[in-house]
Amino acid sequence: MFSIFKKEFKSYFTSATAYVMMGMFVLVSSILFYINLVSQTADFSFNLNYMSIILIIIIPILTMKILADERKSGTEVMLITSPTSLTNIVVGKYLAALSVFLIMTAITFIYPIILAVLGEPAMSEIIGGYIGFILLGASFLAFGLFASSLTESQIIAAIVSVVGLVLMWLLQGIAPALGGVTAKVLNWFSLFSRTEDFYAGILSLAPIVYYLSFSAIFVFITIRIIEKRRWSKG
Amino acid sequence: MIEIQNLTKSYGQIKAVDDISFTVEKGEVLGFLGPNGAGKSTTMNIITGFIPSTEGTVKVNGFDIMESPAEVKRRIGYLPELPPLYMDMTVSEYLSFAADLKNVSKRQKKSQMADIMELVKLTDVRGRLIKNLSKGYKQRVGLAQALMGSPEVLILDEPTVGLDPKQIIEIRKLIKALGKQHTIILSSHILPEVSAVCERVVIINKGKIAAVDTPENLSKGMGTVSKLSATIAGPKSSIIGFIQGIYGIKYVEPHLEKDKDVVEYIIESDKEIDVRRPLFFAMAKAGYPIIELKSLDLTLEDIFLQITTQEKEVI
Repeated sequence: MFSIFKKEFKSYFTSATAYVMMGMFVLVSSILFYINLVSQTADFSFNLNYMSIILIIIIPILTMKILADERKSGTEVMLITSPTSLTNIVVGKYLAALSVFLIMTAITFIYPIILAVLGEPAMSEIIGGYIGFILLGASFLAFGLFASSLTESQIIAAIVSVVGLVLMWLLQGIAPALGGVTAKVLNWFSLFSRTEDFYAGILSLAPIVYYLSFSAIFVFITIRIIEKRRWSKG
Repeated sequence: MIEIQNLTKSYGQIKAVDDISFTVEKGEVLGFLGPNGAGKSTTMNIITGFIPSTEGTVKVNGFDIMESPAEVKRRIGYLPELPPLYMDMTVSEYLSFAADLKNVSKRQKKSQMADIMELVKLTDVRGRLIKNLSKGYKQRVGLAQALMGSPEVLILDEPTVGLDPKQIIEIRKLIKALGKQHTIILSSHILPEVSAVCERVVIINKGKIAAVDTPENLSKGMGTVSKLSATIAGPKSSIIGFIQGIYGIKYVEPHLEKDKDVVEYIIESDKEIDVRRPLFFAMAKAGYPIIELKSLDLTLEDIFLQITTQEKEVI
């Protein structure tokens, strides 16, 4: 698993992807922080809320090539015919993308630190908010990984995951209006609404379990999809 | 070493590989020959565990690919038709990754990488990005990857395709050298390649095995006539008359007029009778010197065409 992780992690930094995405993310979060300062508020949940919307674009770009490109360039053969198991391959790749995301997130820790120096922000809200934000990102990454396993084309993978994430984002508005069983089912996919507690500084078990299982399920589905495709290909 | 039994791969109604069985002994170099689309790559993909078979078993050193894939995969180095290369890596980065992937221990990695790069002559380009290498070098990098982890079995799918003649000769030499320490299955649709490198040939056509033998036996075993080419100086009509008089000769025809009154004849005779001596004495007696005499054995090319077209007729 570590060999895949290492290779994948490195490849983010040999191509421009990681730098461009980090740059974009830091730029947006800086603008948000500037608004923070100008409006003289120490309410960081505002930042995290918008940063999580930006993830809808950033995460799919991080994950689009993760599996699609291996398939297109034929390097998939090398991975699958090696003694390393498919689970290790997929999980290794997922962890590599997760690490890039964590680095990206860690850069933004500077803003709450500045806030803490300048004023007295509610640290519990910030820490809770970040935990929620990271869990949300981890779920997005799993969904992006899944989208990348569906196709050979990076572009299609990116589009599928952006569209999927946008739909999940819109769900929180749509679901209650529909009511009944539909609302319940749609609510399973409502990733965003579950961050509210975190941003309020509340750490409850249910949303943590929800995000972790969402990620695990999509990583698992991804493994199954690749497995399934092996049976049907020539 | 490798046992393949009743291997079948179907896609809906179509059978890409149809009930193939053969074994490869330890240390053997086996040629896997067939026209494009005969099922060579599919078979190799199944042996290496890239795709599962519909029916049948593949065993490498007693381990079944479906039951203990990791054990089998550890013993196989695979060079697919399209070398699996990461274009953005340098040669040594790539080989280092291949070593990690195949669980080569840290201690052995460095020396193994150096040995392999020396063997396939990559040492000079180790620091270059793979995307900037020529096709011949890329193929060697692919081969180096297959050799990583010192697998007992090498499976090479059309290793010389798309290379220039000089590179082809180099790769063939390399494969021959590797054959001393590894069991090799080599696929190709080019016949001289297989006869140059392999000890035994499996000819496959439309997913079925059409023949299994050594290249020599295959050339000997086919047909009921043997062919000679003889270049003789003298008047055509009387020479043909003399030749036809020799016991065992079935057919003679002038093939090519090489000079004035020097003609190359193609002579066919019964397989059991060697007509070269009687031919010499007959011509000597008649006073027509034989300038050149050689036997035209069936080439693998002929056999291949015969076998694959016969199959067509059966179907």
